Amino acid sequence: MDLRYTEAEQQFRKELREWLAEALPTLPPKPAPDDWPARRAYDTGWQRMLHDAGYAGINWPKEYGGRGATLTEQLIYLEETTLAGAPYIGVNFVGLLHCGPTIMAEGTDEQKREHLPRILRGEEVWCQGFSEPGAGSDLASLSCRAVRDGDEYVITGQKIWTSFAQVADYCELLVRTDPGSKHRGITWLICPMDTPGIEIREIRTIVGSSEFSEVFFDGARVPVANRVGEENDGWRVAMVTFSFERGTGFISDLVETNRMISELAALARKVTRRSATAWDDVAIRREIGHLQAEMDALWAMTKRNLAQAERHGIPGPASSVVKVYYSELFQRLTDLAMRVLDRASLSRDDLGGLPSGVFVEERLRSTSFTIAAGTSQIQRNIIAERILGLPKG
Amino acid sequence: MDFELSDDQMALQEGVRNFCEGRVPMQVIRVLADGGALDRDLWRELADMGVFSLRLPEADGGVGLGWADAVLVFEELGRALVPGPLVWTHLAAGLVPGAASGETVVGGIERDDPSRLVEHLGSLDVVLIVDAEGVWQVDAGALASREIAHPLDPLTPVRELTEPLPQGDRLAGPDTAAQLREQGAALVAGLLLGVAEAATDLAVTYARERVQFDKPIGAFQAVKHLLADMFTRVEVARGAVYAAGVTLDDPAVGSVERAVAAAKLTAAEAAIGNGKSCIQVHGGMGYTWEVDAHLYFKRAYALEPAFGGIDACADTMADLLAST
Ligand SMILES: Cc1cc2nc3c(=O)[nH]c(=O)nc-3n(C[C@H](O)[C@H](O)[C@H](O)COP(=O)(O)OP(=O)(O)OC[C@H]3O[C@@H](n4cnc5c(N)ncnc54)[C@H](O)[C@@H]3O)c2cc1C
Repeated sequence: MDLRYTEAEQQFRKELREWLAEALPTLPPKPAPDDWPARRAYDTGWQRMLHDAGYAGINWPKEYGGRGATLTEQLIYLEETTLAGAPYIGVNFVGLLHCGPTIMAEGTDEQKREHLPRILRGEEVWCQGFSEPGAGSDLASLSCRAVRDGDEYVITGQKIWTSFAQVADYCELLVRTDPGSKHRGITWLICPMDTPGIEIREIRTIVGSSEFSEVFFDGARVPVANRVGEENDGWRVAMVTFSFERGTGFISDLVETNRMISELAALARKVTRRSATAWDDVAIRREIGHLQAEMDALWAMTKRNLAQAERHGIPGPASSVVKVYYSELFQRLTDLAMRVLDRASLSRDDLGGLPSGVFVEERLRSTSFTIAAGTSQIQRNIIAERILGLPKG
Repeated sequence: MDFELSDDQMALQEGVRNFCEGRVPMQVIRVLADGGALDRDLWRELADMGVFSLRLPEADGGVGLGWADAVLVFEELGRALVPGPLVWTHLAAGLVPGAASGETVVGGIERDDPSRLVEHLGSLDVVLIVDAEGVWQVDAGALASREIAHPLDPLTPVRELTEPLPQGDRLAGPDTAAQLREQGAALVAGLLLGVAEAATDLAVTYARERVQFDKPIGAFQAVKHLLADMFTRVEVARGAVYAAGVTLDDPAVGSVERAVAAAKLTAAEAAIGNGKSCIQVHGGMGYTWEVDAHLYFKRAYALEPAFGGIDACADTMADLLAST
């Protein structure tokens, strides 16, 4: 076991840090959260900068225009960009972490040529059309129907919780092509979002934002050439997608959680109670220390996972472990922040020159962490059944 | 960076595990629990395997390994519930003659420990006393004490000191004392990790076998989720415990104090939490003396306060956060 970074890894960190120090000040001001066209422009602009500097597709193989970085370098990349306050992957999330890798693994040469370079350059934004009103945790029960008509699929049905639908150029769409079977009747399609017959209705979240939408399909026609994998083999293709999502997908969330613990400690030292600061309250200080200890442990575990993935080609069993643990840890963190803020938590705007609002905001937002990308209950089922080998219920 | 066990480390882990399974399976542990006194033969066999001399240089008759290896060994000892002052004797190797070879059984206490309880005192030859000035040695026989009739852990007998501690002979200064505390905490974290794992294995096995409502209880989600959480706690703690070992060997990779606090805290929570869940998953059987679940539960609680408990670790983390 060796936790030292190699010369090459240190060099990578140094160059990246230098580049970030130069690049970040040239960014335009951050757009308002609900101004989706501006958010798209901001996020894709950043992606373009990364691309031109050689940092796009950090985890993508070189043959597809990526950097082909080692997993350790990816970890360094996520550490450094988060610490430097670089923009989050944002609207590029689905393209870079889901669809791109899926197309690389399962797509035709034509599909690869068309989409991969554009995703890397920030010219193509994707969304994920998996969930439906009737198919959430039980995703394979989805019913959005695609019927073959010549060399087109005609799509009728509905998707829901589609993040970035408002600004996406394409959707990775799971459709039902065989109503007679469940897992073996699903197909994975590349669906252009400007296809006639698609209607998007934004859904308001508990934060008040418009993060995701309902997407309605009414006879929308998608070429058969847009299919990834075989007809009725889409479930397997989707599992490929999930394996990318679950590989290194949560690392930036961990770095972010770590940063938030430090921020909370800093905030607690500034929030005044009657005669002292919140930090002088042993119970609060101890709980922050407690969270940090767990966070450090989780981070150490993540490094072990990466080492296993690097050595054996597959991430350790721990992606569900990471998901359950970090999402619940983050919620405990924001719960504690609410106690630190006391009555100041009534405001979602910063008060008294302190960065208080972000914690209230994150308390609301983090309720989704235990739901999105597989609920905590489903993750625990996965751990129990696939890792511990317990019988299905 | 490569945070994966080396082949040698895997072999070491397997060697200790095989020894424990062969020499101290649960039936033997049960007999030891009834006997009370330390099994000196077992102690020497542990010594022969290198449990105490592991980190001493080969020139001094040791094995020449590091802390990362030591925590792996202690994980296995914890998993098997091997009793005795393993941590203190390991720490004493190199300081107290005979500790490394298993001739001298060494325990220890913080001079200002208000409980005045010493684990395994009745079986000790030497007691180390740690305080702000350094590390001191006294003859165990010279200490006045009384037996505690009902110890928490049947495998961790304790005696209460009835007189003030003597000053003792000085073995080392304050730096060594501070190091011993961190090293001791890391080794205890290793033991706790092993306890947490063993409790998980026992519960998972039972949940596959025990049938209610015509199904193995492991098919019920409420049970599954208890088990999934047990596994999760183990894996998270494992990361921290191994990282603490690596950091003790190579402090350039991070703060030893911080790595050890994270390890001790998460391992203690894993062991206690998994001990509890192991009993719960066993139902009424879990509440019996016959089933081993309580032995894990009790050992977890017996080890938690050693070299700084959960709250002390959290406070350390908070202090470190405040100073950055
Ligand atoms: C912020 C956010 C963004 C999202 N973005 C996208 C996106 O871009 N694209 C997309 O396709 N989807 C997206 N989703 C959808 C997400 O994947 C689903 O919400 C999630 O899989 C849960 O499905 P559901 O909402 O239908 O809940 P349900 O499956 O109805 O679950 C309701 C409750 O029942 C529990 N439950 C269900 N089944 C079981 C079981 N077998 N055992 C125990 N408990 C169970 C769940 O844990 C949950 O508590 C997003 C969700 C959120 C919150």
